[in-house]
Amino acid sequence: MSARQLRRRIADLAAFAFACAATIFGLVFLFWILWTTFRYGVEALKPSLVTQMTPPPGEDGGLLNAFYGSGVMVLLAVAIGTPIGIAAGTYLAEHGRFSRLAAIVRFVNDILLSAPSIVIGLFVYELVVRTMGHFSGIAGALALAMILLPIVTRTTDEALRLVPDTMREAGFALGLPRWKVTGQILYKAARAGMLTGILLGLARISGETAPLLFTALNNQFWSADLAQPLANVPVVIFQYAMSPYDQWHALAWAGALTLTAFVLALNVFVRILARKGNSK
Amino acid sequence: MSDSSHRRGAGGERLFGLTTAGAAWLVLLLLLGTAVSMAWGGRQAFSTFGFGFLTSREWNPVEGHFGALVPIYGTLVTSAIALIIAVPVSVGIALFLTEIAPRWARGPIGIAIELLAAIPSIIYGMWGLFVFAPWLGEHVQPWLIEHLGNTPILGPLFEGAPIGIGMLTAGIVLGIMIIPFVAAVARDVFAAVPPSLREAAVALGSTRWEILSRVTLPYTRSAIVGAVFLGLGRALGETMAVTFVLGNAHDLSISLLMPSNSIAATIANEFTEADTDLYRSSLIALAFLLFVVTFIVLSLAKLLLSRMDRSLGRTH
Repeated sequence: MSARQLRRRIADLAAFAFACAATIFGLVFLFWILWTTFRYGVEALKPSLVTQMTPPPGEDGGLLNAFYGSGVMVLLAVAIGTPIGIAAGTYLAEHGRFSRLAAIVRFVNDILLSAPSIVIGLFVYELVVRTMGHFSGIAGALALAMILLPIVTRTTDEALRLVPDTMREAGFALGLPRWKVTGQILYKAARAGMLTGILLGLARISGETAPLLFTALNNQFWSADLAQPLANVPVVIFQYAMSPYDQWHALAWAGALTLTAFVLALNVFVRILARKGNSK
Repeated sequence: MSDSSHRRGAGGERLFGLTTAGAAWLVLLLLLGTAVSMAWGGRQAFSTFGFGFLTSREWNPVEGHFGALVPIYGTLVTSAIALIIAVPVSVGIALFLTEIAPRWARGPIGIAIELLAAIPSIIYGMWGLFVFAPWLGEHVQPWLIEHLGNTPILGPLFEGAPIGIGMLTAGIVLGIMIIPFVAAVARDVFAAVPPSLREAAVALGSTRWEILSRVTLPYTRSAIVGAVFLGLGRALGETMAVTFVLGNAHDLSISLLMPSNSIAATIANEFTEADTDLYRSSLIALAFLLFVVTFIVLSLAKLLLSRMDRSLGRTH
């Protein structure tokens, strides 16, 4: 083997080794983070987690009010963000497909998708919290809805554009108006893709912390009043993890495990769903 | 079709058209509204400190002096470290997933890497603070200080005590967080390289490294740069993970081992405690800066990716 061939062989092996090492690097951190969350989280799991409220410093308690607050805000955000996102996505893919507005909105939507969530939190603070005069669950839900909106818009747009034009033509040939073609034919054909977007968005906003810091804030006590500060899992985890108390740390890990398990399960479920939809 | 149902159809058509266009306008207005509201909220800070807001390193809530230099510096340094780690690793992962891995392993490994993006950032923060930072402080940082701390050029970057948290730790955690975003785009564009190009290279007897460096990377260059900008946009605005491991210190230090602050972490730590209008306005002014910079970076990413976008139909 000539020296030149040897050099080429070594460069090739180095690239091969680097690619393998890079993949292992990524996987190691995934499992390290998951293992950490699992180990500390399981230790802290107790039935009282779902029966008691968040405790004062140095005492045992649970996260019932936080689970409730998070659940309500996330569901409210989905209820607000999904219809608007589907409507906007429908405009991009159908009614305004080749318009200049659609091109601009598609561009802007992609930026909103990656925009810093803390800035979105501050925007809702300026808009809602200042107007109301205090932090509230409704402000938190609006901030989460604003994060969900671009996700649903994009996936709806993509799912609808994947529907073959022959379906639209078949609908029009029956004399159906455009809105009925979209509502009764295209939505059904694109259902799996749209549902994927909503569920992925739900997973994403379940773990969002930064936008809730200045909107829902937190509440140590049980409150179902959306006009008042509302307890929620991410902010409780943040406050408790940063505190010097062992009991609070344990609760933070228990919350972290529940949150991670929920988000990952949803992600895996969505991927299975998407694969089923594709193979059909 | 009777006349009345025909009219109802036309009304439904108009209503549907207006609703969807309205929703599209709302997306546009939300972005504009965010920019305007941050500029308006930060006006007091901008008018009080002027251009000095960007260049002053003083951040003193008690005396009411606010300068953004330390958070800006911390944001840029941590994002730079993140890119230095994430870009080569992401290209490596993309290469692995498109060229090396056996076909049956590509799906599961690809999904595992994507799951890195699904983990909430607060979990990264807790892991970083309680596990990763102490580990770095115990095993890696003493070595860096001992072996690099006295070298001529790199030395000042690695001076100080191995306390775990700091800019280096935050940068590494950020790097891990943006790997899935960069790797996903890189994988998609690598897979979109026309087979004829690859086959031609193979027919000429190219090795895998030669295919990557002389065919795949040159062909996908603009999209890869776009992916890097996408990762940068994410890194600049990431809040919770950085807040946990950066140390919340308003000090300007060259050493990467020292605690610092970032724009997002400063806002997260201090906004609810801001007790004067000027304090709050300064924090919103920081958010305005962050928003403008990420807007530019993400726009560049989008423009660079749009060419590949058309041939792929999708990149994320």
